[in-house]
Amino acid sequence: MQSSPATAGAAGVPYRPQVAAHFASLEVQNHAARLGMWLFLATEILLFAGLFVIYANYRFLFPEAFALASRELNLNFGTFNTLLLITSSFTAAMAVHYAKEAQNKKVVGMFVLTILMALGFLVVKYFEYEHKFHEHQLPGPYYAFPGLTLPGASAYFTIYFLSTGLHAFHVIIGMIVLGWVTLKAMRNEFSHHNYTAVELGSMYWHLVDLVWIFLFPMLYLI
Amino acid sequence: MSPSSSIAAEPGAVPAPDEHHEHHPSYLVDGTTVKSWLLTLDHKRIGVMYLIWVLLFFLIGGIYALVVRLELLTPGPTLIDAMTYNRAFTMHGVVMIFLFMIPAIPGAFGNFMLPLMLGAKDVAFPRLNLLSLYLLLTGAVIAIWGMINGGMDTGWTFYTPYSTHTTTTVAPILFGAFIIGFSSIATGLNFIVTTHTMRAPGITWWKMPLFVWAMYATACIQVLATPVLGLVLLLVVGEHIFHFGIFDPAQGGDPVLFQHLFWFYSHPAVYIMVLPAFGVMSEVVAAFSRKNIFGYRAVAFSSLGIAFVGFFAWGHHMFVSGQSTFNAGVFAVLTMLVGVFTAIKVFNWVGTVYKGAVDFKTPFAYFCGFLYFTVFGGMTGVAFATASLDVPWHDTYFVVAHFHFIMVGATIMAFMAAIHYWFPKMFGKMYHEGWGLVSAALIILGFNATFIPQFLLGNAGMPRRYYEYPERFETLNVASTAGASLLAFGFLISAIYLTYALVYGRRAASNPWRSRGYEWMTESPPPTHNFVGPQPTYSEEPHFYVEPKKAEVPDAV
Amino acid sequence: MNELLNNILFLPEQASTFAERVDNLHYFVVSVTMLSSLAVGTAAVFFFFRYRKRKPNQTTEYVVPSVKTEFLFVSLPLFFFLTWFVIGFRDFVFVSTPPKDAMDVYVMGKQWMWKFSYPEGPNGVNVLHVPANRPVRLLITSRDVLHSFFVPAFRIKMDAVPGRYTQTWFEATKPGTYQILCTEYCGLSHSKMLGEVVVLSPEEWDAWVKEQRKGALQNRQDALADLSLEPHPARMAEQGQKVAAEVGCFKCHTVNGEPHIGPTFLGMYGRTETLDTGRDIRVDEAWITQSMMDPGAHLVAGYPNVMPTFQGKLTGPQTAAIVEYIKTLRTPDIRTGASQGPTYEPIQ
Repeated sequence: MQSSPATAGAAGVPYRPQVAAHFASLEVQNHAARLGMWLFLATEILLFAGLFVIYANYRFLFPEAFALASRELNLNFGTFNTLLLITSSFTAAMAVHYAKEAQNKKVVGMFVLTILMALGFLVVKYFEYEHKFHEHQLPGPYYAFPGLTLPGASAYFTIYFLSTGLHAFHVIIGMIVLGWVTLKAMRNEFSHHNYTAVELGSMYWHLVDLVWIFLFPMLYLI
Repeated sequence: MSPSSSIAAEPGAVPAPDEHHEHHPSYLVDGTTVKSWLLTLDHKRIGVMYLIWVLLFFLIGGIYALVVRLELLTPGPTLIDAMTYNRAFTMHGVVMIFLFMIPAIPGAFGNFMLPLMLGAKDVAFPRLNLLSLYLLLTGAVIAIWGMINGGMDTGWTFYTPYSTHTTTTVAPILFGAFIIGFSSIATGLNFIVTTHTMRAPGITWWKMPLFVWAMYATACIQVLATPVLGLVLLLVVGEHIFHFGIFDPAQGGDPVLFQHLFWFYSHPAVYIMVLPAFGVMSEVVAAFSRKNIFGYRAVAFSSLGIAFVGFFAWGHHMFVSGQSTFNAGVFAVLTMLVGVFTAIKVFNWVGTVYKGAVDFKTPFAYFCGFLYFTVFGGMTGVAFATASLDVPWHDTYFVVAHFHFIMVGATIMAFMAAIHYWFPKMFGKMYHEGWGLVSAALIILGFNATFIPQFLLGNAGMPRRYYEYPERFETLNVASTAGASLLAFGFLISAIYLTYALVYGRRAASNPWRSRGYEWMTESPPPTHNFVGPQPTYSEEPHFYVEPKKAEVPDAV
Repeated sequence: MNELLNNILFLPEQASTFAERVDNLHYFVVSVTMLSSLAVGTAAVFFFFRYRKRKPNQTTEYVVPSVKTEFLFVSLPLFFFLTWFVIGFRDFVFVSTPPKDAMDVYVMGKQWMWKFSYPEGPNGVNVLHVPANRPVRLLITSRDVLHSFFVPAFRIKMDAVPGRYTQTWFEATKPGTYQILCTEYCGLSHSKMLGEVVVLSPEEWDAWVKEQRKGALQNRQDALADLSLEPHPARMAEQGQKVAAEVGCFKCHTVNGEPHIGPTFLGMYGRTETLDTGRDIRVDEAWITQSMMDPGAHLVAGYPNVMPTFQGKLTGPQTAAIVEYIKTLRTPDIRTGASQGPTYEPIQ
């Protein structure tokens, strides 16, 4: 994050990353950026942990309603999205690998694939949401699905929309971050000296993926 | 000759005299445009801006406090109606906690001192640092907009289902607090990374000043607890607008779940407020008794211990909320551990004075007040944790007095001590010592006069957040209000002589206290990049006042 | 001695068995706090003078604590804190565990008043009549937001949480009138949500109950009663039977012991039922209340999950009334002593 220099290297000329004035060396600067990212990921996990606690609480209070409500989700869409995200994590990891080898074109390719898969994820999510709106399987007082009237069903859909909505928001943020890193890769910036931005971007993407890997069984499977 | 070279020759000694380097201007004068301040990436300027803002928020919160105290002067309506009163105490809590207590010491003094104490040129992420200030201000503007457009009447704890049903402006104020949370996370993250990566050669983990240890522990809490608060605030805002029913029992929601999530943040948040105070005081007591901290590692570990155990004590806020008896017992024991860690600190501070050379200056006066408030505030906290005493005391004025003793008594004493101790470091000016002692005495007396009656009111059974009260509580309330005015008067005096000192104060020496804290190893006020020339070498541990036995250069005094 | 300490600490009079216990801990804690802080303070002040600075750039000895000292710093507070905890937690268990023979009173908080209903007797608003020297269990709930039931003279407090019952208990030791305060912020008139506990001697209590049963409500309660509330019949169980018929409980539940769509009410209270999860539970107020609000949560094995929720369809008092009605249908052979707590099992 901090390793982003103001000037970009011209094509063909090996890019030398700049060290900000207050850092002792590039290693320290990269270490700081990486540590900062890990801490940021920790805050994200705590954020979603709050939602998991809420889910656990209501699942305990309304086990029947939650079990039945989770059957209302489209498992095929969910599984497809899970596969999509896992694959996108793979391409993001490959981008880091190519960035270390200074193959900026392949970095761009991998990230474009990742972003396309993220887009695919959102499109599937859109159809899922549309179906829920159509069926009135909506949060709280807006819930009016005649097929499931147990108390707690509306709470399930509140949590469903909250957690998947928050996750989708993270997907969008992740796409912006990766898009920005892709632009840098297009300018041929990355090499084994300087791949922190790629690494951090794909770390963030792995987190987005990881959160989904928890959300998927929590909402769709159990 | 640069000051650092003389330090290199004489480890741990007082830096060289105050020389003016024309090519290394102090951070205060290096760029004088408004833009050079508002968009600065210098941790010192950001620290100073934080200081100015938190003082403004302290003033706002203080005005609310005085309104509340004046209203409680008589048993019936005195000054304002019930709705205004409910808004006033809520806003007093919200402003003081989210806009003053949490950002005050980390934002102002942490930002300024942490890199200096670590021998670094800046914090790890200067832009993030500036962003955290503006996030705080954005949150503050939104919250204050909400306050002006109606205010909120839920109490700062925002307990559901009341907070989701009230018609007051809950949404903007909670959203403001949500944004302030990001500011707090950014500061914490920055400090952790700074401590890990920016330490100068020679400053190992066990040579870090105790203020750094305290800030590190605080930062860990900020990073790990605040996201949960963010989520909870967002959910309450969502409930208030859309009535999702997550916390509303009428829709199958669980209001006690809100309390759990809220206190999961808000109990550790108490330590976000008080750990920096402990850090400041560890510096002050060492500097003014001219002695190394007695039990340095014990104090450092106890900061981490408080931060850790603080995460597992939240349930003691719910002893009478229908929590199971077993839960209550577990949370009670864990809470006791916080008391033990605090006791370790208290004993070590007193031990530091042993065989020291006490210089009774204004910061040390605040240390005395701090020690007293911490002991009583802490012990009443442990008394609450017995669970059975919490039953009569819960949500009475006893709680109010207890947490003011800790949060106001300890933290504000530390904040005042920090201002006085680091005033010459930050501004290069000296304040009037006599007035400093007078106002310290007034503030400490005023605190006691305000809150000791409140302890007794709590014993007598007066609940908190009462607009009107039965007449038998009147005497003590009058005493408390009288004390509050004394307190306000004390703060007014400090504000006057400190402002005067800022403008007309006599120029301070580089190290007027002859302190051997690491932050004094550069000039006062420091140059923009903190250190001129090579890095100083660092003594055995911070505040090392032992006579150099094999000193090549004879001791100056 | 107690009298003196009570005056110094501004404590209200001790009017319950718990008050005496908790005050003893209070005295102990206050004395230890005062003595230890006196010790710390004296040491500090002594050091300030003994070790004052004598020359400007004075150096000092390097003093660090020995392991023994550090051990003392940890163990001394820990010892006292744990002692307090043992005493305090014992008392906390005491106040969280109503005796088996306690008399039940339902308490409902609403903005901004307290309502009291007795299982076999009258109702009251803002005034709670109880006999002296007899344990009284309060089953507390709220109709709107959080409240907290606090009687300073009894030193008891318990939150009133909407949607669930919490409980506490007390045994008043002397007849008199004691103030009830609400201690959980509940809106505009939070500070006016006051009430009274009137503790009656046994003879007065009997007389009062008799008078209430006659329906001659010629006391202060009438004046205080909120006319906006629904009128309550004298007997809660009767009311419960009426409500149960109105909302259609008897379409699925019999009262003669025959199983129907749902389990029979006869002898239900206090019975041990096997749930569909295989777990055994003893039917108590909490379970009955929950089964009305969220029938699927703990289903009795062998019955279909078809019961609709009554959340929002029944008011707090109606729910309590139905519970009381079901309680009257206990069959003699399975009736086992007094009512069991609806919330938490004591730890012993």
